[in-house]
This record gives sequence, C-alpha cells and structure tokens, in this order.
Amino acid sequence: MNELIRLLAYMLGLAAFLGLNLAYLGWVERKGAGHIQRRTGPKDVGPYGLLQPLADGLKLMSKQLLIPANADRPLYMCAPILIMVPAVLLFVAIPFGEHLVPREFNFGLIMMFAFASVGGLSILIGGWGSGNKYSLIAGTRAVSQNVAYEIPMLITAINIVMITGSMDLNEIVRQQGSYFWQWNVFRLDKSILMPVSFLVFFICSLAETNRTPFDLGECEGELVAGYHTEYGGMGFGLFMMAEYANLVIGCSLTTILFLGGWQCPFGLFPGPHWFLIKMYFLIWCFVWIRWTYPRTTFWGLLNLSWKYLIPFSLVNLLLTALFIKVF
Amino acid sequence: MSGYIKDIITGLKSLVVGLQITNKEFLTKPITLQYPHQSVKMYPRYRGHIELLKDTETGTHRCITCGMCEKGCPSGSITVKSEKRPGVKGKVLTAYILNFTTCSLCGQCVENCKPEAIGFSNEYNLASTRREDYIFDLLQRLHPEGVPEPEVDPELLKKELEKKEAAKKEGAAKKEPAKKAPAKEGGASKAEEKS
Repeated sequence: MNELIRLLAYMLGLAAFLGLNLAYLGWVERKGAGHIQRRTGPKDVGPYGLLQPLADGLKLMSKQLLIPANADRPLYMCAPILIMVPAVLLFVAIPFGEHLVPREFNFGLIMMFAFASVGGLSILIGGWGSGNKYSLIAGTRAVSQNVAYEIPMLITAINIVMITGSMDLNEIVRQQGSYFWQWNVFRLDKSILMPVSFLVFFICSLAETNRTPFDLGECEGELVAGYHTEYGGMGFGLFMMAEYANLVIGCSLTTILFLGGWQCPFGLFPGPHWFLIKMYFLIWCFVWIRWTYPRTTFWGLLNLSWKYLIPFSLVNLLLTALFIKVF
Repeated sequence: MSGYIKDIITGLKSLVVGLQITNKEFLTKPITLQYPHQSVKMYPRYRGHIELLKDTETGTHRCITCGMCEKGCPSGSITVKSEKRPGVKGKVLTAYILNFTTCSLCGQCVENCKPEAIGFSNEYNLASTRREDYIFDLLQRLHPEGVPEPEVDPELLKKELEKKEAAKKEGAAKKEPAKKAPAKEGGASKAEEKS
C-alpha cells in the first residue's frame, strides 16, 4: 500500500515536471531566440509572457484534426503517440538524485538508447503516414541522421561503461566523485580524450534530438515543416512536446554520463538541485546553439558524423581501453 | 591529414566566435519597438495622407480654394468645397474632403498647391473596419475643436454691400424681385468675378 502511494506520488510529480518542462521550454526557447535576436520574445500574455504556453496549448487543442486524403490513416494517427511514449517512458531510468530515481536497474543506459531509437522510427512513421512527399523526405532524412549519429554516441557511451563497469545510470553517477575534476569529462586518468568525448556526445545529442544546426528533418525552407507538415492541432503539439522531452532526456543523459549527475562540483550538498542546474545549463546551451548556427547541409551533417565524430570516438575507445589496461 | 586537423581547429574556433556574438547580443537590450504600446517617431519626409497645414501667423490653413489639387488628382480623391462669404476676400473653404480609399499618395496635389496649403501628414496609424472612416474632411481634422470664422473686413463688407445694393436695383429694374436668395448669390459671384 505504501509502495503504491509512493509510486503514484512519483508518477504525479514526474508528469508535472514533464508537463511544465515541455510547456516552458518552448517559452524559454522563444524568449532566448528573441533576446539573441534583440527582440523581446513573448511578453504580452501574462507577466513576461509566462502564460503564453497555456494560450498556445489551448489554441492547439481547439483546432480541428484534419487527416489528409492520401494519408495512411493508422500510421498517421499513431505516429504522434508513438513519438511521445518513449520520450515519457525514458524518465523512468533517470536518477534525479541519489534516492530520487523511479526505477534503478542494471540496464538503464541500454534502455535509454533502445527507446530513443523508437523516436527516430516514429518520425519515419509520421513522415510515411502523412502521404506527403515533403514529410517522407524529412522522415528518411531524420532516420539516416539518427542512425549516423547513434554510432558515435553509443561508442562514447561504451567509454563510460568501460570506465565505470556498469550500465546502471545511478551507479555511473555515484562513481563520479563529488568534485568536478572527478567527473567523467575531466577524468584524464581514464583517457586523455575525455573532454573530446564529451563534445562528441554533446554534438550527437544535438543531432539525435533533431535540433538546429542538425534539424534537417524539419527544415522549413525546403520541406515546409518536415515530418509534421500534415499534422495540425494537438498532433503537431505532441511532435513539438516530444522534441522538448527528447531535449530534456538528452541533456539529462549528458549530465549523468559526463557531468556527475546529482553530484555537487565542490562536494557540498549533492542532490537533485545540482542535477537540475546542470541539465538546464545544457538545455540553455542547446537553445543558444540553435539560435547561433545556421542549418548544415545534409552532406555536411553526414560528413561530420562519419569523418570526424566516429573516428574520434573510436580512437577514444581505444585510448580508454589502453588506459584501463595499463594504469 | 594536416588539413583535416586544421579544419577541426578553425571550425571549432569559428563556432566559439559565433556563440560569443550571440551571447553578446543576448545580453544587450532589445531594440524592437513595442508597437501598440509605443509608437514610432516618424521622419518629417514620411508620406502619410495629405493634410491642411496650419499657418503659424493666422492660426488656420492657407487654402485659397483654387481647386488645383482637385484637378491634379489622378484618382479624383479630392473634393474642395467653398463659398463666398460677405466681407471676406476670396472664397472661404467650407470642406476639404479627401477620399483616402482611392488616394495613391502620389503627391500631385501637394506639388500643385501654389500657396503650400497642403502637405503630407505623419499619420500611419490608420485602421478601421468601415470604409466611411477613410473619407476625411481635412478642414475638420485641422480644426477638430471647430472651424474658426474667417475675419470680416469692414471696408470690404461695405463695398460689397454697396455693390449688392446696386445689383439689386439693377435687378429690380429688369425684373421684379421674386426670389431674394438666388439674386444675392448671383450678385456675389458676379462681384467675385469682377474682383
């Protein structure tokens, strides 16, 4: 009984955290975009435009759901749900604090990557199901991009697994010390290329979440709106929310693997607040990057992955293996 | 291989430079004008709809109702209404109607205006749901509190009255005075033609 109440409370808390994040990251992004371009961003709906996400949500929900005539109906209908489910599900393995983790299990990292791939698949389903050539092109692009960037990401993750000897996310955090030089980014005793490894992982998570400069799946200039061109109302809203959920997950994973999760950089009061600070800092970096760089070409995107990220992560893998064996 | 490494280094450097620029812009104040809350200060040469200019000496417009603007308007947007008043030199403008719905802001009227009575306004906040709102009486817009009566020159009034009397007598001699008003008007216009 006690366990049930705990479970319900946690689920409620997680849903609230997720909902608020999905709504307000949009606000953060628009504010950030505005100020970077020396505008103000949303400011009229509520103080500092804080009620803007609510207004947007209401507007999206009040829209009629139209299904295009030559859409593949079941696929079209299930794609937004399919993209949202793994995005929400992945929060099950994220350790927010030492004891604030929904389900601590051995294969947290594997589970993360497994479900993250479903996200790419649902983008393809959405693109295919829309019965629109732009959506289809966008879907295939997104998938080839996801595949290309999953490789260096996984290799980098293997580094961490080799260092910690565990795939349990909480264990990975626990093994990184409570001072910032003990975090995986700066653990030069394990491999001198660790900061590069962090960079590779960061770039890959940018690409995996389909964000600028790698947002080839939804480049407005060429493909209308990419794989969600044909979606209106809350269907589009779900795609949008899933993008932000993936953003939160990507940043959480980077925080856990490289930045010491809930550990404090100076050994003081470790806890969920440190996790959140690091995560939101990374999210801010994502927003910052999005409004700084133009979109890459598809050639540039794949070139970066195959010619730079994969060799570097492979070299890093070898170095790590060597360091572990020698020292 | 050296090109490869060089690419990475220059690439990363340029990325950092880009981030620095956006960060700097992020920290500076927004330069956008919050339009409905603030409004733009228009430049004097902005071409809004035309308006009657206020003469600083007389405190009213300089229009002599010659109608050159009306004639010059390619879209026929201007109607100048005037009348002769007793004791006032020249005609008196009673209404200057601009149909802004057909105006193309070409400025022919302003070019044609000899006494420089009309000019472009700086008005740009024009929005309405009704067409009638764009038929402006520029005289009303110049004097929203009420159009001031033109000054009556007593000497001129005297002269005019004398002329009128003379015309009346002449008219009476020719015909019987059936209607007074048309006779008066006719007299006035005649008087004006002479002057």
